[in-house]
Amino acid sequence: MSSSSSGNVGIVIVSHSPKIAEGAADMVRQMVGSAVPLAWTGGDVDGGLGTNVAGILAAIETAWSPAGVAILVDLGGAETNSEMAVEMLAEDRRARVVVCNAPVVEGAVIAATESSGGSPLAAVKRSAEEFYA
Amino acid sequence: MSLDREARERLVRALARSVIEHADELTSLDQAIGDGDHGLNMKRGFEAVLAALPDLADKSLPEMLKVIGMTLVMKVGGASGPLVGTFFMELGKALPEQSTRADLVAATEKAINAVKVRGRSEAGQKTLLDVLVPVQAVLAGGGDAKAIAAEAVQAADRTIPMLAIRGRASFLGERSVGHMDPGSRSASLLIRAAVETLESEVDS
Repeated sequence: MSSSSSGNVGIVIVSHSPKIAEGAADMVRQMVGSAVPLAWTGGDVDGGLGTNVAGILAAIETAWSPAGVAILVDLGGAETNSEMAVEMLAEDRRARVVVCNAPVVEGAVIAATESSGGSPLAAVKRSAEEFYA
Repeated sequence: MSLDREARERLVRALARSVIEHADELTSLDQAIGDGDHGLNMKRGFEAVLAALPDLADKSLPEMLKVIGMTLVMKVGGASGPLVGTFFMELGKALPEQSTRADLVAATEKAINAVKVRGRSEAGQKTLLDVLVPVQAVLAGGGDAKAIAAEAVQAADRTIPMLAIRGRASFLGERSVGHMDPGSRSASLLIRAAVETLESEVDS
């Protein structure tokens, strides 16, 4: 898990596999350096393959930006758990966190690149979702 | 329906036992058409619920259901954590402390609708909704505890020929046909445990 301070939209990567999440985060860093707040989470609470709400909440906190946070997820449970985590956020934060409907690795890199240019949350989400649409 | 502390603890233990004792079966159902973690995930969640006893049973029934739901959300993982957890949390939110059967009918309907929203799913897609929805209909139609328990078992069986539209099993397309949906099986186990524990209250 990593972070950075900037006013840009934060990126959270959620995969069933911590290795995939961390690897995707490495690819994002390679592209945008520390211009974008970034965090990753993966694995269930016992460390097996899966996702967990507490880990996602912690990642959102780490990547928090006043401009909001875009979450990239891999499969079903990652998405459901991420949506659950968003609902559990304080009300003033909830509207500034979105789950993107995009492939996790490619989406994270594209979203972070968009964010690094100072784009707002909606544009970051759109760029990730449109690339493979 | 008003459950005293002893009945609430009995309910929690029965729910947890129903899942934990069938963890291997749930896992093997999930290995057939999913990622094979359903038994372990549900077991972990309900072990965490058991660990919250005895304090958990000191709470009112609605509060207890909410805590069970939140515990499942945080511990189960997979898509089942938020789905089953949402059901318990919303049931707790919707049930008054002293509830009638009509209250239970209304609260289960609300909780099921919340599960539909959470999973963006409806009955007929080979998910736990294929047990929750028909069982709730029996409850709403005045069925007794035996009828509710029987419907839970039959509804899970009816998922066997279904084609999965949601969840990991949907990746298998036609190959999802011929296997029972693991989430339907765990929902069925939980419902049966609940109605058997509360038979006298359900039928009164």
